[in-house]
Amino acid sequence: MNAVANIQAEPLLRVQGLSKWYGHVLGCRDVSFEMRPGEVLGVVGESGSGKTTLLKCLSGRLVPSSGQVEFETRRHGLTDIYALSEPDRRRMQREDWGFVHQNPRDGLRMRVSGGANVAEPLMNMGQRHYGEMRRSTVEWLERVELDTSRIDDKPRNFSGGMQQRIQVARNLIHGPKLVFMDEPTGGLDVSVQARLLDLLRELVRDLGLAVIIVTHDMAVARLMADRLLVMRRGEVVETGLTDQVLDDPQHAYTQLLVSSVLQI
Amino acid sequence: MSSASRPLIIVEGLAKTFVLHNAGGAVIPVFERLHMEVRPGECVVLSGESGVGKSTLMRSIYGNYAPSSGSVRVLHDGDYTDITQASPHAILDVRRRTLGYVSQFLRVIPRVPTLRLVMEPLLDNGVDPDEAEGRARDLLSALRLPERLWALPPATFSGGEQQRVNIARSFIRQYPVMLLDEPTASLDAENRAIVVELIRGALTSGTAMIGIFHDADVRDAVATRLFPVLEFKVAA
Repeated sequence: MNAVANIQAEPLLRVQGLSKWYGHVLGCRDVSFEMRPGEVLGVVGESGSGKTTLLKCLSGRLVPSSGQVEFETRRHGLTDIYALSEPDRRRMQREDWGFVHQNPRDGLRMRVSGGANVAEPLMNMGQRHYGEMRRSTVEWLERVELDTSRIDDKPRNFSGGMQQRIQVARNLIHGPKLVFMDEPTGGLDVSVQARLLDLLRELVRDLGLAVIIVTHDMAVARLMADRLLVMRRGEVVETGLTDQVLDDPQHAYTQLLVSSVLQI
Repeated sequence: MSSASRPLIIVEGLAKTFVLHNAGGAVIPVFERLHMEVRPGECVVLSGESGVGKSTLMRSIYGNYAPSSGSVRVLHDGDYTDITQASPHAILDVRRRTLGYVSQFLRVIPRVPTLRLVMEPLLDNGVDPDEAEGRARDLLSALRLPERLWALPPATFSGGEQQRVNIARSFIRQYPVMLLDEPTASLDAENRAIVVELIRGALTSGTAMIGIFHDADVRDAVATRLFPVLEFKVAA
């Protein structure tokens, strides 16, 4: 699998004129872009810039005020996800997508074991063979570098970094085509962050995943993303190849954002 | 015209001006109306004092900087791709298969071991991992990077060691076009000589190169012609 998206491929996701208003308050306005299989898109900007609103609209969690989010579904081809019936949309989210939350507590079921958390998406997809699921789960725990002897421990008995890796395994085990990540390394210590980032980078590359990753951390954006959307006050102010946006930013806001990063 | 004599890079009417919006809108012109063609086996060395815009030109050709006007066409898959207009995924595809770049500094990725870093360009092009590892080992040996370092991420390496990892990463596969920004800056004489051999080898097999070399000996050993960037300086 190649790290770089096949440039001839049809779009996996097509977003047109997406806006979201909360009453009179703007969430995001007139966002349009396309993504191809295997592409990693970073969405950057300060808090309050509309990144999270955009991610929620894209991932089928928040109905936009206007505009379209079309996804290449298994069953219906390129389809407006908000035109699908509720059960169809949920099935698509379960089968084709993953969503890694900043806080693992939002993405894990804290009352069942780490192993059950990882296996659940397989069950949701109709897998019933217990031995098969167990084998897959162990394999995924290994891939995210977790001690498989702790498969039956509850998430709360794992550290924050380990919980995050359980969440990653849970969101990749079913073979999604597109994974949303909301500040996946946000709540972690720096050393733990580096390990998770490296792991994510390798998995994304090996699996040829398309990823939309929201982050306010320019170093994370540089390491993970092929290209960036820079958001400010709900609008995309600049977009382009990641290293070009970070090394030669054109918009005043991007210049400010990049120059505000402390060098170490 | 036979394909062997077609330029691999055609730069036309290229201009680059920086506008610093947060410094009172300061405008810094670097060069304009710049033309350049590079053919297979040529090594064009950018010359001029520091600050003249050599690195800016190179980064503009790589797509790392966005030129203000003009075009940078790279022969990719038998057609010219204009780097200044291409989409991000098209640029990444050109970089993956056609356009290599050795920067002065290695951008270290936490936790990724040296051997893996060097193998990566091959893995990205679908080369079998065992073969990629073999070639990475051969090249790191040739560059005399001690084997005990291969399993470590290069974050803690010396400047010269990091530079050699960077060079290995770029020379492990033959890119039709290579951009070299001071590849020998932190190397001792013996290692410089090894790198000169790598560069000459690539030129012989038809790679087109654009380079910046501070070191006059290296420059004289590899340059097929000089390109004075100052000639395209924006008139004050």
